[in-house]
Amino acid sequence: MVDASILVALRDTCVKRRGKTILGPVNLDLLDDGFTIVLGPNGAGKTTLLKVLHGVERVSSGTVKWSVPDAVARQTQAYVFQRPVMLRRSVRQNLAYPLKLVGASASDIDNGVTFWAAQIGLTEMLDRPATRLSGGEKQKLALGRALIRTPRVLFLDEPCANLDGRSTREIEGVLQRANAAGTRIIMTTHNLGQARRLASDIVFLLNGRLHEQGRATDVLRAPQTPEAKAFFQGDIVE
Amino acid sequence: MNEIWAGMLAAFRLIVTLDADLVEITLRSLQVSLSALVIACVIALPLGTWLAIRRFRFRRATIATLNALMGLPPVVVGLIVYLLLSRSGPFGVLGLLFTPTAMIIAQVIIITPLIASLTHQAMRELWAEYHDLLISLNTTSRQRIATLIWDGRRALLTGALAGFGRAIGEVGAIMIVGGNIDHATRVLTTAIALETGKGDFALALGLGFVLIALALLVNFAIHTLSRTEQEGTW
Repeated sequence: MVDASILVALRDTCVKRRGKTILGPVNLDLLDDGFTIVLGPNGAGKTTLLKVLHGVERVSSGTVKWSVPDAVARQTQAYVFQRPVMLRRSVRQNLAYPLKLVGASASDIDNGVTFWAAQIGLTEMLDRPATRLSGGEKQKLALGRALIRTPRVLFLDEPCANLDGRSTREIEGVLQRANAAGTRIIMTTHNLGQARRLASDIVFLLNGRLHEQGRATDVLRAPQTPEAKAFFQGDIVE
Repeated sequence: MNEIWAGMLAAFRLIVTLDADLVEITLRSLQVSLSALVIACVIALPLGTWLAIRRFRFRRATIATLNALMGLPPVVVGLIVYLLLSRSGPFGVLGLLFTPTAMIIAQVIIITPLIASLTHQAMRELWAEYHDLLISLNTTSRQRIATLIWDGRRALLTGALAGFGRAIGEVGAIMIVGGNIDHATRVLTTAIALETGKGDFALALGLGFVLIALALLVNFAIHTLSRTEQEGTW
């Protein structure tokens, strides 16, 4: 059974593609609140783990169990991709899109768009085509669009890769506010500084396996496995 | 060369005097082809988009068939529709043969595969771009199709115009199922065929120029209405 304070539990979860194991077997419990950072080098299975949790990646074996029924869990999740997907519409329509899908009223949509445009600092650009925004603006728009339905859980796949310091700081600010407002955040990165700034707990993956999990302060200060220790020291881990 | 000049003069005279027959034939051409276009779009746009987003067992075969049907010979379509609608055919009781409705049916059959195939091509690329987002947002198939059609509307316009071009210039099928009856089913293309047969090249050419002008006009009108090539690249 899934414990009340546990949000999601993975048991022997495996993802295999063409005979190659991409992830797993992974046993992982994520608690009901907090800010989880998934760390690991490229190809460690971070994105796959996020997609498995989000329910868009087929699991080859094992289970993923949410504390609520799957359909409810999916409805209250949002996902921000490493390369933001922009609808070929204006910034305003991009923000409004998730609300339109669930049939929100026009005034709710208006309020939501105004609020989140201010949150992500794009109020001035509401009527510009989204495809013409800069990389940082696109990622902020994707973040606002993900948060506009006030999801219970937000997944982010390296949202700050390829962004400069200022955009990164703005995005981190939005994430911390959303987290404080009650959105559970699960995010991948290979930026250790970002992990230190944001994480309440850390999951360290290597070659598809879970090597370390725990409170951020503990894991970063005293990693248990040699691989994690090496990674946190800045060594190249393969 | 003389005949072309005479044709241009005839066309000019017909248009300036708003010749009643010409107006009637032109309006019928537009009515038939635009109706066929609208019906074909209602079928083909969702169908082509659905084929782009859906994986199923015979998908490849379906798409290959659709592409092959783009080259459907109008005369054969006309013949089949004729047989279906003729008095002894399965839909004979409807009494549709030699009416504009029969011509619309034939043209819908001719242009639907064309529009669906072009839609599929355009939507495949857009779907690759939107795939992750629309899956993640938990959209229904209907919402996915609607989003893709709306955001890809400019690409779809090209497909629709290609369909219109094929319909308005088509003669083989509508000649068979319409019968080119004066004041009933005569349209520009069948009238041109008739006048050429009669040896009245001037009138035939005149009608031909009107037909070309009409095709250009509709294309310009649709482009202006949808403001393509004005708001950025999409």
